[in-house]
Amino acid sequence: MVRVSDVIAEIPGDLLREGFVADLRRHLGDAVEDHVLKPGDDLWVRVATSSWKAAGDAVKAMGFDYFCFLSAIDWMPSPFGKGEDDPTAPPPERDDTIRQGYAGGSTRFQVFARVSSSRHKVGITLKVDVPESMVVDSWIAVYAGANWHEREAHEMFGIGFAGHNDLRNMYLPMEFEGHPLRKDFPLLARMVKPWPGIVDVEPLPGVASDEEDAS
Amino acid sequence: MTMLGDRQQLAYIAAQAADARVNVELETEGMTLNIGPQHPATHGTLRIIARLDGEQVVWAEPSAGYMHRGYEKLTEVRTFPQVTTLINRIDWLGSFANEVPFILAAEKLMEVEAPPRAQYIRTILFELSRIANVSLFLGDLGVQLGAVTPVFLAFRDREYVLNLIESATGGRFHPNFDRIGGLKDDLPKGFIDETKAVMKKLRTFCDTMEDLLFGNEIFQTRTRGIGVIPKDVALSYGLSGANLRASGVDWDLRRDQSLPMAWNKAEWKVWTHPDGDSFARCWIRLQEVREATKIVDQLIDTMPAGPVMAKVPRIIKVPEGEAWVSTENPLGEMGYYVVSKGDTGPFRVKIRSASFNNVSITPWVLKGVFVPDIITVLASLYFILGDIDR
Repeated sequence: MVRVSDVIAEIPGDLLREGFVADLRRHLGDAVEDHVLKPGDDLWVRVATSSWKAAGDAVKAMGFDYFCFLSAIDWMPSPFGKGEDDPTAPPPERDDTIRQGYAGGSTRFQVFARVSSSRHKVGITLKVDVPESMVVDSWIAVYAGANWHEREAHEMFGIGFAGHNDLRNMYLPMEFEGHPLRKDFPLLARMVKPWPGIVDVEPLPGVASDEEDAS
Repeated sequence: MTMLGDRQQLAYIAAQAADARVNVELETEGMTLNIGPQHPATHGTLRIIARLDGEQVVWAEPSAGYMHRGYEKLTEVRTFPQVTTLINRIDWLGSFANEVPFILAAEKLMEVEAPPRAQYIRTILFELSRIANVSLFLGDLGVQLGAVTPVFLAFRDREYVLNLIESATGGRFHPNFDRIGGLKDDLPKGFIDETKAVMKKLRTFCDTMEDLLFGNEIFQTRTRGIGVIPKDVALSYGLSGANLRASGVDWDLRRDQSLPMAWNKAEWKVWTHPDGDSFARCWIRLQEVREATKIVDQLIDTMPAGPVMAKVPRIIKVPEGEAWVSTENPLGEMGYYVVSKGDTGPFRVKIRSASFNNVSITPWVLKGVFVPDIITVLASLYFILGDIDR
């Protein structure tokens, strides 16, 4: 009987991930714009918008046969904060600079997807900038499972997927206006009534304040 | 077997061709069958629209979204510790297991690790929620096929496990027990003995189910060879958990990745099945309950002493970064992609739930099955509505 602990000891690590980056560069050339390899953790690769579909084909050819998820992210900080502002006071100043996460980028919206290799049991997160036209290529021809994920991203962020001809809403009625997961879409429940949860963070009577506690 | 002569064979082909012509000329309009959103066979509010040709499905499309609660948006206005209250309502039958990957992702970003005892208790509670979840599935499976007994057995035996979870966490369905850096509390007195007794009962339950359900001829005829999903299709749709292992992929995230959990401290087996049909998927789940009872038994014996909470500041601020952690939940791979900007709350959380991918294959797998098999195929894919819509 194979001991579970033995198999865990054999899990390939960062060497394998470095190999994947080299492979991907061989497949895509300069289209690999940036990558981040956190030792012992994970791998992020950002590819050029024009090569998004090619990147899907390349990772599939490299043995990443398992489609985990595809989604998008809006890097603009929310203009509403956490919706905990006093509605009577003037709106506070907020930092509105757009800072992208791992593997950089230059646009407000990014699409990211995760695929894994069922043989090596290693995953990779791919990212792509979404241009002004708000359209990137669809992965539906590469991974059949991308279908629903792209529908969801279209509904929640308003990103189009060229090659996906069935971008119906999954959750909301088709007449719904706006894209709920965009940061500039307000969470109305917080707007109509202030959030009471803020009270919870006040220190209890007789308890030292947090700054002292943390130090 | 009689051989047909050339002449007979030609006559037969001609007759078939004539029939086909008539069929084309008199093509009947297919019937559209609407199942749900409120239907006992869909356990939840999943609606399926199927177009039928006679008794056969030619096209089927699930329509989700009757239960969308917008958790991804809500996490953006909460602090990290507040998020667990939301996410343990995603898969409400195995709620503790929902909390674990999120907490692990936050811990990864904070570079905190729970103490060993907390890791053991987490794993034990994780497996207990798997047992509670999947034993209900086994009972429910009988109901879908018209057998009433299994569901009573399942509800009876699940209750023992829920009592255990309640005794440790205070909640039967929504424990909210996992904290960044460890657990809210240690296990209560008497938990170990009680757990051992319950695990024994659950193994008997598995044996009963194997006899009663899996050995049943009706069950076998209605599930064997039906809803077959080959390996490559399963992978490209992102099927996970028992659905993937039933298609012959030997992949279990408890074994195949290193997480600060205690699964690698126990000896257990990952089961796979080569068939990929409804029967295989159900059978794998039954074996998983068995293995889970073994894991719990071993871990409870070897659990180290010590604290259950690491030293973390009282107001938790998670450093800037991105982390992905997924675990092998009762329904399959459940993961959280957490983006933090160094604030008290997450900047974005992408919830990758198992059922979303598992159900997205239904248009593919339902094509060509017969109407009564829609129910068994859906039941064997096993989804929880909250886990599709989030």
